[in-house]
Amino acid sequence: MTDTPPILSVRGLKIALPKGADRPFALEGLDLTINPGEIVCLVGESGSGKSLCAGAVMRLLPEPHVRVAAGGIRFMGDELLGKTETEMRAIRGRDIAMIFQEPMTALNPQKTVGWQLDEVLRLHTKMTRAERKARAIEMLQRVHLPDPESAYNAYPHQISGGQRQRVMIAMALSLSPKLIIADEPTTALDVTTQLQILTLIRELQEQEGAGVLFITHDFGVVAEIADKVAVLCKGEMVEQGPAAEVLNNPQHAYTRALIGAVPALTPPPVKPVTRAPVVLKGTGLKKTFAARGGMLSGKRKAVTAVKDLTFQLHQGETLGVVGESGSGKTTVSRIVTRLLECDAGKVEMDGQDLLACSPTQLRAMRKHIQMVFQDPMASLNPRKRVVDLIAQGPIVHGVDPQKAREDARRLLELVELSPAAATRFPHEFSGGQRQRIGIARALALEPKVIVADEPVSALDVSVQAQVLKLLADLRDRLNLSLLFVTHDLRVAAQLCDRIIVMQKGEIVESGLTAEVFANPQHPYTQNLLSSIPGRDWTPPSFRTDAA
Amino acid sequence: MTTLDTDLSPAEPPRLVVFWRRYRRNRAALLGLAIFVIVVLMALTAGIVDPEDPLRRAGAPLTPPFVDWATPLGTDQLGRDVLSGIFYGARISLLIGVVATLVAIGIGVVIGALAGYFGGWVDDVLMRVTEAFQTIPNFVLLLTLVAILGSKIEWITVAIGIVSWTAPARMVRAEFMSLRGREFVDAARNLGVSNTAIIFKEILPNALPPIVVYASVIMALSILLESALAFLALGDPNYASWGNMIGQGRAVLRSAPYCAVFPGIAIVLTVLSFSLLGEGLNDALNPRQKKQ
Repeated sequence: MTDTPPILSVRGLKIALPKGADRPFALEGLDLTINPGEIVCLVGESGSGKSLCAGAVMRLLPEPHVRVAAGGIRFMGDELLGKTETEMRAIRGRDIAMIFQEPMTALNPQKTVGWQLDEVLRLHTKMTRAERKARAIEMLQRVHLPDPESAYNAYPHQISGGQRQRVMIAMALSLSPKLIIADEPTTALDVTTQLQILTLIRELQEQEGAGVLFITHDFGVVAEIADKVAVLCKGEMVEQGPAAEVLNNPQHAYTRALIGAVPALTPPPVKPVTRAPVVLKGTGLKKTFAARGGMLSGKRKAVTAVKDLTFQLHQGETLGVVGESGSGKTTVSRIVTRLLECDAGKVEMDGQDLLACSPTQLRAMRKHIQMVFQDPMASLNPRKRVVDLIAQGPIVHGVDPQKAREDARRLLELVELSPAAATRFPHEFSGGQRQRIGIARALALEPKVIVADEPVSALDVSVQAQVLKLLADLRDRLNLSLLFVTHDLRVAAQLCDRIIVMQKGEIVESGLTAEVFANPQHPYTQNLLSSIPGRDWTPPSFRTDAA
Repeated sequence: MTTLDTDLSPAEPPRLVVFWRRYRRNRAALLGLAIFVIVVLMALTAGIVDPEDPLRRAGAPLTPPFVDWATPLGTDQLGRDVLSGIFYGARISLLIGVVATLVAIGIGVVIGALAGYFGGWVDDVLMRVTEAFQTIPNFVLLLTLVAILGSKIEWITVAIGIVSWTAPARMVRAEFMSLRGREFVDAARNLGVSNTAIIFKEILPNALPPIVVYASVIMALSILLESALAFLALGDPNYASWGNMIGQGRAVLRSAPYCAVFPGIAIVLTVLSFSLLGEGLNDALNPRQKKQ
């Protein structure tokens, strides 16, 4: 491979940020080489500058605020930085293609899939209409869409998320580009779909012999797809090398910390939790969302989110509810906390049915069942100080405000935040810190049960590990019972004693986490488990002081 | 190192300081603030400039301005001092502007909040009422109310408030509809917070910035409405208001235009200052709407 020039060679790339940003350069001296037929993963946490790198190659940076300050980007031996806008436009799409994170927003909702594929071909080739259509349908076939002819005429909203991403890939590859830039292409997808898309990218890239720059934050995905890995930390490349090398024997402390934070797929030791008393019991829960039809459009089909769900949560136990999007797992968390009214069934706590409570009774009962929300930014009132946010619950339930605020300060310590945080507003904190505040708020009422709805899915992996550790610590110290809703089986494996696997509103399998992971019975569970990215790779463990 | 997630970022300056920095960036808004301060000062110093009744006879009728230093801006056909009329008029205009705005915003917030928060039939009923008010032209309704209630300054103020609440109500409703689905509202419900507290303590503070901005528009509009009433001789004759002055100056518009021109300038500047203030508030409170 020494005689062919690399497809992409980035030398000493520096990207300047506008004044007032947290650092002067988004990227400082990035070196990167992509050879034909190679998949290079650029890994980093949010804010590491990995997406801006893609923007610089495509010349899609929001200039002049963010611009390339120094360095060179050579594509097939040609310097890109000196090209005019017209030349770049010809290169984009034809020679370099990009796959975006959110296919719904990257596709034009007003045009059919076929029209959008056709447009790419019309702009960059001299094919006739018939040839273009044949090529488009061939591409849709190659990305394994079930019925290419009908997909050609479909609008983006008529096909599923995974199919939309396939269409995006078909568009990107229809001109046989030399370089494909994929910016977190599978982050918005479910695990089973994610695996299919990753396999597809791999397969097509091998057929075309193109180079791929794959941007991701997920080491599982890296393990699945990468030939080479480059790790970014706050704009600096800290490590680069062959995937196996970086994944199993990372040299830099930051890479070690990142990989060490990836939850291993080994479930916790079995605790005798099922012998403890039951604190929360759901029986025959059922929820249907009636779609409100318009006057002219007529009634639409009602969607059953949860049908006949029954579960038990024991004292001190963590019960995981796992499933893909649309499985009804979030609905479960909302029904149990009665943020959503249920159609049928009972949620019993100490023998009292939560769903039959009058509004007054319910407000008193809420104290026993608290919730940690998915998005810590959205779930904290931006206009309130942290101490008031945490003390709000106890004050509502009749604790003296003075005392409630003192307790709130103590809780901040419990969730490892400095007491100085008390007088700040939520926007002054990082994502992980906000989630700690959310946990402190849930703990303030000393509830019997905490329902956590995807509490770590919005966080970077290293922060995620810390928050999970905190949750586990608190659970053991305070003997909490957790109902933990998640889509991430790695996270579930870390924390949950038992899990419930949901599909389309129904429980397909339940049992001790270790048993379900070791020996899944239902085909859906088997499929889920075999789709976890990087399932064959066990992150090496390091002593935490390495960081 | 990144793993020390619990380190706090340095403290931000207090909100007022940040607010003032953003406000200061808009030059026009600073001009608006300056004019507004002058109008407030005029209202406060009216008693010092002319300790006596502004409606008394202060000099020979129709003295032109800049002739007699006892009446620097001249006198009207009844010999009343135009300058002191403008100073006392500032009081009336500000009073009407502030009180009518409070009335309008008060009604608007309550109706909009209830409709937006509860939705369903509450929303349907309240919005049909709002629409009923909106279908009647503002000024026609105002004339009707003043005809019924009488021309006392208190009633005029309330009537102006009553005809201006529909727009803020719709705005508050829209804000509430988008905010009530946010997770922090669910979080508060989950803590057992009552509906009233959720509406007023959780959602309202977050819905406030656009309301504050719109308040400045209502203030400008209410001053104009009062002037229009007074121009039609339906204002309260016991107070020197700018509208009254223009209305009476109309009779001598050709021979002594200054009787109407000076109060006219005062109205224009005051209304302009409120508009500029509103724009500045918008920039300072909703920084994301405008880049930089």
